[in-house]
Amino acid sequence: MEPIIRVDHLTHTYSAGTPFERSAVADMSLSVLPGEFLGIIGHTGSGKSTLIQHLNGLLKPTSGHIWLNGQDIWAKPKEIRKVRFRVGLVFQYPEYQLFEETAYKDIAFGPKNMGLDEQEIDRRVRDAAAFVGLESALLERSPFELSGGQKRRVAIAGVIAMEPEVLILDEPTAGLDPAGRDMILSQIRAYHQARGTTVVLVSHSMEEIARNVDRIVVLHSARVYMEGTPAEVFAHADELESVGLDVPQVTKVAAALRARGVAVDGATYTVEALERQLLALKGGSGPC
Amino acid sequence: MLKDITLGQYFPGDTPIHRLDPRTKLLCLILFIVALFCARWLVTYGLVAAALIACIVISGVSFRALTKGLKTVYIIVAFTAVMNLFFTPGTPIADVAILRHATWEGARTACFMMARIVMLIMGSFLLTYTTSPIALTNALDKLLGPLKKLHFPVHELTLMMSLALRFIPTLIEETDKIMSAQKARGADFESGNILRRAKALVPILVPLFVSAFRRADELATAMESRCYHGGEGRTALHVLRYRTADYIALALFVLLTAAVIVLRRFGL
Repeated sequence: MEPIIRVDHLTHTYSAGTPFERSAVADMSLSVLPGEFLGIIGHTGSGKSTLIQHLNGLLKPTSGHIWLNGQDIWAKPKEIRKVRFRVGLVFQYPEYQLFEETAYKDIAFGPKNMGLDEQEIDRRVRDAAAFVGLESALLERSPFELSGGQKRRVAIAGVIAMEPEVLILDEPTAGLDPAGRDMILSQIRAYHQARGTTVVLVSHSMEEIARNVDRIVVLHSARVYMEGTPAEVFAHADELESVGLDVPQVTKVAAALRARGVAVDGATYTVEALERQLLALKGGSGPC
Repeated sequence: MLKDITLGQYFPGDTPIHRLDPRTKLLCLILFIVALFCARWLVTYGLVAAALIACIVISGVSFRALTKGLKTVYIIVAFTAVMNLFFTPGTPIADVAILRHATWEGARTACFMMARIVMLIMGSFLLTYTTSPIALTNALDKLLGPLKKLHFPVHELTLMMSLALRFIPTLIEETDKIMSAQKARGADFESGNILRRAKALVPILVPLFVSAFRRADELATAMESRCYHGGEGRTALHVLRYRTADYIALALFVLLTAAVIVLRRFGL
């Protein structure tokens, strides 16, 4: 399949020429396939944030290329704004970017910059708000009056409202309580299924990635360290641990069971999957 | 882009200059500036320049980093030079058109003025490049200490300074982040007339102010929960102490200033 985004030998160096010089991304190559739910995982400082800011043209590569649907996004630097409408990027702690008088206006900021007409903007704002589960009563409130979780959903809706072909989310659940985390993730999942667009989820939590994505890219010290389906990646638990990343807890349980002679798959990465395997071994079929 | 601002930036290192007591460095800078403004002709300027170059070499700060700091004052330098060139009375350079107003004396003053401003900036930058902001405000706190007797709020002043210095990089980073986030939503800061550009700043300024107030609030809470109660009776983790090197440095700069003042009398 032709990738929707192809990162080709990307290198980005910060503060070149000063004592603070360092490469946040070094000779990185990877592909994002259309319609897939891709997870990018890595420790702090592994280059995740720098990488994704290249995907929508916020950062310019020191060397290397970004191809969007077969076109180099920097071929016409004047039209880089258009790339940003096609590749929507939700930053970490996106609630700090809210500024308008009402949540509605804030969500409409992106579509307005695209130059759409009133009617289309209204439709997109309401659609986006529905995707993130914001009631229409909240839309007329000031974003600064909302709760933390609500603010974040307004900010995410602000990017979804641009209806990008690729939606990238950088740690969308950082700083939320478990209930808020599950809510946001299930909404993103629902969005991915309903729209069928490409979603890239960046996280440092294996649990979060394992539950949601089709494919994982593991970054380590500015390079691609591993790539594959969750089962493929979690089969390399030792290597992941050696770069300071954890496998999901349930994978550890599965591996420990296997080590004790229970015939389960050592790379199981969801509780449900392990439950199914254990029940099958016991000969039952209902829930525990 | 905003990250490239080097104003007041500290480049960590471990050279004799870095190790000097910040009070010494501050006093040396003051002596250096006095010497610079007393300098009159080639010999005195040469002495001051030699001192500056020696300090730069010892500190290991790259010359490029220092000239980068000059970018902000190019216009002032050029302006002073032109003003001096045309408004100093004396013999005209040539008898053609505009050059009739430019004088040889003016050209000379212009050159020395430029040298003076450039060295002034470089010397000050060298101080901030080799001294952490915290050490610098600490030094100021100690040096201004005697003013406390006159009920001058020295500690409050230096605390505000160190807080301001501490938060400059944070705010720059924050601005960068907010700008990126708004750009990701298609905000356009680069095109349009002045009014449109000013309006385009609203999506940056509102979140920036909100977060600055939030930070101030958090900082106040954090300080209070660690029992901060002003400068009275406060002790320091790193007590500043003059060492031999400090006395040597101070003596050298006193010597430099004295030499310049003496030589200046002979018109050198």
